[in-house]
Amino acid sequence: MSVSPAAKPLRPLLEAKGATMRFGGVTAVNAVDFVLGEVELRCLIGPNGAGKSTFFKMLTGQLTASAGRIHFRDTDITAAHPHEIARLGVGIKTQVPNVFNGLSVRENVFVAAGRKKSLARTRAIVEETLTRLKLTEIATRLVGQLAHGQRQWVEIATVLAQEPELILLDEPAAGMTKEEVERTAALIREINRTHAVIVVEHDMPFIRMIAKTVTVFNQGRILIEGDVDTVLSDARVRDVYLGKQAA
Amino acid sequence: MTRPPSPLRALVRPAALSFLAMVASGLVILFGAPHLLDTFGLVQMTGFVAMAMFALSQGFIWGYGGVMSFGQAAFLGLGGYAYAVAVLNLGDSTLPVLLAIVVPMLFAGLLGYFMFYGRISDAYIGVITLTVSVILFQLVNTTSGSQYRIGEAELGGFNGIPAIPALNLPGDAGNPLDPEGIWYAAMGSLILVYVVLRAILASRFGRVVVAIRENETRAQLIGYDPRLYKLLAFMISAGIAGLGGCLFANWGGFISPTVFGLTMSAQVIIFVLVGGLGTLLGPILGAVLIQWLTIEAGAQSLIDSNLGLGAILVTFVLLIPQGLVPVARNLFLRLGTALIGRRMRAKPLGPAPGAALAGEVRR
Ligand SMILES: Nc1ncnc2c1ncn2[C@@H]1O[C@H](COP(=O)(O)OP(=O)(O)OP(=O)(O)O)[C@@H](O)[C@H]1O
Ligand SMILES: [Mg+2]
Repeated sequence: MSVSPAAKPLRPLLEAKGATMRFGGVTAVNAVDFVLGEVELRCLIGPNGAGKSTFFKMLTGQLTASAGRIHFRDTDITAAHPHEIARLGVGIKTQVPNVFNGLSVRENVFVAAGRKKSLARTRAIVEETLTRLKLTEIATRLVGQLAHGQRQWVEIATVLAQEPELILLDEPAAGMTKEEVERTAALIREINRTHAVIVVEHDMPFIRMIAKTVTVFNQGRILIEGDVDTVLSDARVRDVYLGKQAA
Repeated sequence: MTRPPSPLRALVRPAALSFLAMVASGLVILFGAPHLLDTFGLVQMTGFVAMAMFALSQGFIWGYGGVMSFGQAAFLGLGGYAYAVAVLNLGDSTLPVLLAIVVPMLFAGLLGYFMFYGRISDAYIGVITLTVSVILFQLVNTTSGSQYRIGEAELGGFNGIPAIPALNLPGDAGNPLDPEGIWYAAMGSLILVYVVLRAILASRFGRVVVAIRENETRAQLIGYDPRLYKLLAFMISAGIAGLGGCLFANWGGFISPTVFGLTMSAQVIIFVLVGGLGTLLGPILGAVLIQWLTIEAGAQSLIDSNLGLGAILVTFVLLIPQGLVPVARNLFLRLGTALIGRRMRAKPLGPAPGAALAGEVRR
């Protein structure tokens, strides 16, 4: 048997084993095992307080797991700093928008695109991203003066401009109009042709627009994981999630 | 690749123009002042410029770096003392000037490393820097007596170091500059530092420093390490403050522990607040204006000058919290927009609140 590198079993793009986050007495994420393949699209749903955003923070180094391990490809990122994880190729749009309010739209994207790249390449990425997200018209506006929906787009633009391999989107459709939601869905499908994406959303029609595989969080644990139709018709999911939303 | 659309260029060009106008005005003052002022006036202006340099360091680290360094006097003092001690030992002032910049930078590097890499919160950074400046003040204050000397230089405790040799042209140690020469050196270096800071802010490094001020979390999530950027910005500001200290020592030919004092640290914060936080011109103008007012106030005996200063600060914080320069710039923008709008019936450019900030970031 040959010992070529190709023969090595491939690690998944992202793998969490027993990932746990405790805040004092609260266990927000409880022994979560999670695997994501290359260029996979995964939707993460679950009721308020289920631990979805906390899980994202653990994946991006904003929080350090109380227990368990997280790997990005071959790198153990359990205790890594956010900037180190970002450099490995993980980008995130956070639930509460994190943008540079005092800078213009273009400057926001420029700062995100420009790390370790030539000026010409950076500029090319900036213009391409602005065009792609239809932000060219408002490129000189201050982000702090934009409407919530537009700021979401700017944040997504900064994430794309940084050219990550894995993109985490925490409630990307929140506060958007119906038309914007449809654009977001189309964009995610397009991104997913080349990138792995994890999307957290409460908006079920939106989930149905994009989802293949769905993971349901409840009280810090994974309740069920599988094909979108199977999961969304599962009685337990209706109980903890859809039932709650209908109420 | 698509070309950047014209609105950006329209914004960049006025910024470049205003930069050139600033440098030109600086040069006019540099060469004009010796013709218009007598020696006394010129020396007074040199003192203003030394403090303006100090204010630039505060304005950079606080206004652009977002670091609440409230003990900048530590670096002013270190620079002044480094110059004094070195020039008394060496004679020639070239190396001492470099030391006045490098010593505070290294000290800031050490202090900043512990603060930024030690995950000290923003508010504590204010407390720590202030405390460090007070400790330095106390330390230098207790160095009276001939046992406290570095080579030829006696530190002199609270009496300070008198008769500090003035700057000389490199290699010409026997010929210290006259007050006019010192003026050229001081004002020339202020213009130079202004230009260097503009270049830094326009560079990628500078953009990231400002981005971190705007949102540290986002900067991290993009892949920048805020600790490193803050540390470097902190060191740059310390070097500028140190150069201010060197000019200060040259201005009076004398330095005492008061340069490390709380009053110094507080004063420079007032300069920046009055002139405008988040601008470079603001701190310079604030420093000159307040010092001029202080001198005018000192010349009269109606009200206590400290009380007067306090009143000015309170008035500013309550009435013009953004400071003079942003307010003036906003007015200017509004006026310009109104004029252009009338002529071209174009869409309003939107001189909304914060327009000043946008301009400042671009420049
Ligand atoms: N920093 C913190 N300190 C203490 N408790 C926290 C902290 N962050 C989150 N929690 C708790 O952890 C639990 C999970 O919160 P999280 O924000 O991850 O939920 P979520 O699934 O994202 O909910 P939502 O859908 O409302 O965004 C909640 O009970 C929350 O109160
Ligand atoms: Mg959440």
